[in-house]
Formats: sequence, C-alpha cells, structure tokens
Amino acid sequence: MLKMFAPNPDWEKILLRLMYVNLVLFGLEIAFSAGDYTIWFWHIVQLMIVAFVIKIPQFAAARGVVLGVVPLVAVFLIKDLTKLLFPEFFVKVEGYLDIASAVAITWMVAMIIKSQKQNKALTKEREARLKEEERHRFIEAQNMKLEEQVAIRTSELIQQKEELQNALFELQRTQTQLIQSEKMASLGELTAGIAHEIQNPLNFVNNFSEVSCELVDEIEVALQKNDAKEAAAIAGNIKENLQKITHHGKRADAIVKGMLQHSRSSSGKKEPTDMNALADEYLRLSYHGLRAKDKLFNASFTTHFDATIGIVQVIPQDMGRVLLNLFTNAFYSVAEKKKMLRQGYEPTVSVTTQKQNNNIVIIVKDNGIGIPQKVLDKIYQPFFTTKPTGQGTGLGLSMSYDIIKAHGGEIQVETKEGEGAEFIISIPSSA
Amino acid sequence: MNILVVDDEPDMQALFQQKFRKEIRDGKINFAFAISGEDALDWMQQHDHEAILILSDINMPGMSGIELLKHIKQKYETPPPYVMMVTAYGDDENYNLAMKLGADDFLTKPLDFTLLKEKLQFNN
Repeated sequence: MLKMFAPNPDWEKILLRLMYVNLVLFGLEIAFSAGDYTIWFWHIVQLMIVAFVIKIPQFAAARGVVLGVVPLVAVFLIKDLTKLLFPEFFVKVEGYLDIASAVAITWMVAMIIKSQKQNKALTKEREARLKEEERHRFIEAQNMKLEEQVAIRTSELIQQKEELQNALFELQRTQTQLIQSEKMASLGELTAGIAHEIQNPLNFVNNFSEVSCELVDEIEVALQKNDAKEAAAIAGNIKENLQKITHHGKRADAIVKGMLQHSRSSSGKKEPTDMNALADEYLRLSYHGLRAKDKLFNASFTTHFDATIGIVQVIPQDMGRVLLNLFTNAFYSVAEKKKMLRQGYEPTVSVTTQKQNNNIVIIVKDNGIGIPQKVLDKIYQPFFTTKPTGQGTGLGLSMSYDIIKAHGGEIQVETKEGEGAEFIISIPSSA
Repeated sequence: MNILVVDDEPDMQALFQQKFRKEIRDGKINFAFAISGEDALDWMQQHDHEAILILSDINMPGMSGIELLKHIKQKYETPPPYVMMVTAYGDDENYNLAMKLGADDFLTKPLDFTLLKEKLQFNN
C-alpha cells in the first residue's frame, strides 16, 4: 500500500522488495503455522512501519492511512499483550477488545477512504500545480526568447541608425560639393559667353586706336595743307575715339571683375552695388553663354532700368548668381518654346528694375513655356528640376531663394503655363 | 554703292564712318546702319533694292544674322543683295551654315578693314 505514495522510483523498488519479503514471510507462517510466537514479529514489523512512515518526511501523503491503521495495531498489540500477560483479565475483557477491534477496523476503513479522497484531491492539485509550473516555464522560455529577439532587433536598429547617419552625413557633404560645382558649372557654361563679351569691347579698343592712328596721319596732311578747320574736326573725332576706347576698356574690365567675383567664393559682405549694371552684365553673360552653346538659340532681350534706384547694399557675387540663374532659366524657357513653335513666336526676355517704397524690385520676365501649376510649389526645393538628366542640377532656384532670404528679401513668381513666367525679387533698399 | 551694316553694337557705326572717311567724303560709298535683324528688314523694305551689299553680324539678340540671311535670300529672288556675314566666333559651324544659306562672303571679328576694302574694290 505504501507503494502508492512512493515519492520516487528508488523508494518504489525498495518497497516492492519489502512487499515480496512480506508475502514470503506470510506464506511461511500459514504453511508452517508458526503459532503465537510470530505474532510478536508482526507486531514489531507493524510498529516499525508506522514509525518509519511518520519519521520519513517523503511519506507525508501516507500518514492519513497510517493514522487509520494505528488504532488497529494498538488494539491488536494490547489484545495480544493482555492475552499473554493477564490471561484471566483477557477473558473478561475479550468482548470489549473485540468491539474495540471492530471500531478500529471501521476507523481504519474510514481513514483509508478519507485518505484516498484526500490523496486524489492532492494529486489533482499537484497536477494542476505541475501544469501551472509548466505553463510558467513555457512563458519564461517565451520571455527569454522575446528578450533575445528584442536584443537582436535593437542592435540591428542601432546599426541601421548608424548607417543612416553616415548616409546622411555623406549626402550633406555631397550637397555642399554639388552647390560648389553648380557655381563652377554655371561659370563654365558661360565661358564662351564671357569670351565673346570681352572680345567685343577689345575689338573696339583695337579698332578705335587703329583708326585714331590713321586720323593722326590725316591731321598731319591737313596741317600741311594749312587746313586748320579739317585738322580740328579730325582732332574732335580722335577725342571721341579715345573716349570710346576708355568706355570699352572699362566694359572689358567690369566683365573680368564680375567673372572673378562669380568664381570666388562669396565674401558674404554687403557692398555698395549698382544693381542696374549688375543685372545688365549678367543678362548679357547668360545670353552669350547660351548662344555659345547652341548656335540656333536666339532671343531678344530688353532692359527697363530705373536709374533712380541708385546704389544698393548687397553681396554682389550672390546677387549675381541669382540674376544669372533667373536669366538662364528664362532663356532656356523661351528656347524650349521656340523649339515647339518655330514660326510666329518671338522669344523675349526682359529685366526691369523699380523702386517701390523702401524696396528695390527686380523683375525677370520671359514669354517662354511657363511653369506648370503642379510643380509650382516645388521649384525652390533643392534638386528639383524639370530639365532632362544632366542638364540641370535643380539647385539654381533653391540657391537663389536662400540668397534672397539672406538679404531680407522675397522672391515671387507669376506664371501661366505656355505663356511665360515672371520672377519678382524684392529686397530692402537700405539693407 | 550702298552698304547696310547690321550690328547690335552702336559704336560700329562710328567705326565704319571713320574707317571709310575718304570713301564717304568722296561719295563712293553710302552707309546705312541697323542695330538688329528686324531693323535691317525694315530698312530694306523702305529702301527697296537700294542696298547692294549687306554686312551683317551673326550674333545678335532677337533675329540672328543667320535668320536675316535666310529672309533676304528667300525674299529677294532676283537679284538678291550681296551678303557678307560677320561673326565673333569664326567657327566652321557658322561658316558652313551661312554658306549653305547663300552667304556671299564671310568675315571674322575683329574686322580686318584693309581686307574688307580690298573685297569692296573687287566687288566694284
């Protein structure tokens, strides 16, 4: 019976062997009818079992059963002891002892049933606890797994973040480089235009000085003829020519200065600038630059300069860049329209300066293809371009916007698709 | 001899007038000037067939010298004026284009007036 409560397989084995021994002993007793002496042996065995179960903690579950057995064991022991030691007394109380035995047996049966029930409940409880533990372990394992996964993902994310930061850094550096190369590219595109712009005044310088030499010869001839009137007239011509030489020399000088200024990184300092001259210079540069690139390109340009706007405080290199950009865009736009329409279209770009309250307004207008409404809010975004790949960096207007903002001004556009565009720059005249 | 000079640089007029001082004074050559292709066509409409020789710059805002040449050669079939093209670039592309469109001669800037005078003598 104890086997039922065996706490582990080792005990199970031991108990099984004890049971066999028990059966053998029992068999022997019946076979040889050992008589009253073996009774004592059985009593001792019974007492040992009871003591054993109560002492060993692993058999706690069997205590209920043992407690049920104890009265019966005690009754039998008392019965046998009385029978042995006080035979007369035993005869007198045998009837009571039998009743006691019966009560003890009933008690034992009740205790066993109760113990069985309790054990069943205990088993159930234990099973439930085991299940609970298992579930707990499972959850624990899941948690560990999750934590591991989280750790892996976290490290992955950190790595990705670092990679993205590197990529961002690279992009920012590339952008700086692109802006620099945009400045250089716009200058490069203009090289031919600049050459032309310098060549023209230089031709005049050469031609007028040459013709003045010839006129000096003529003065000598006139003086020999004593024709003072003619000599004076020629001298007047020479003076005019020398003025023209100075004028064209200065023109070439201004172009070279402008070119150097454009290629030099911006000083960032505002200087007194003749906006009309600056606009005129860059209008010609961009026109000739485009002409040099595309022989078939043509457009007329007009200037409406308000001479009263005077000298304005601006960063000339930066303003030059803005103007150059707006003119180049305008000429590109009219050239595109010309390609589509050909006959009956007069490509025209104009620049106007005005004074409005405390602002200087510069208007660059073209009658080109215009800007579609759907891209209008993107034109100042860096790298936005409608030009075919390789023809525009998409930095021109973005850079222009930044420059005008830095001057405390505004840039606006009025456009109708297919009809042209008008860029209006407004900067404070006292800035 | 009437010569129409087409150039967007106004100072060209003074230069021609001084370079051809004697010829102008002697009445051998009359100069007219236009500062654009459009201007040149206007002048030609007003002075029909008066210009014997047209000396035109190629690189001008608005109507280019090449377009002007096209107009002249298409419009004036018999006899079209003698057209000399002038360009600052002196490149083959413009030269070939001008020649294909019927230009009679080709000069490069800076203008060699001695050469121009020789050519005019030859044309006389």
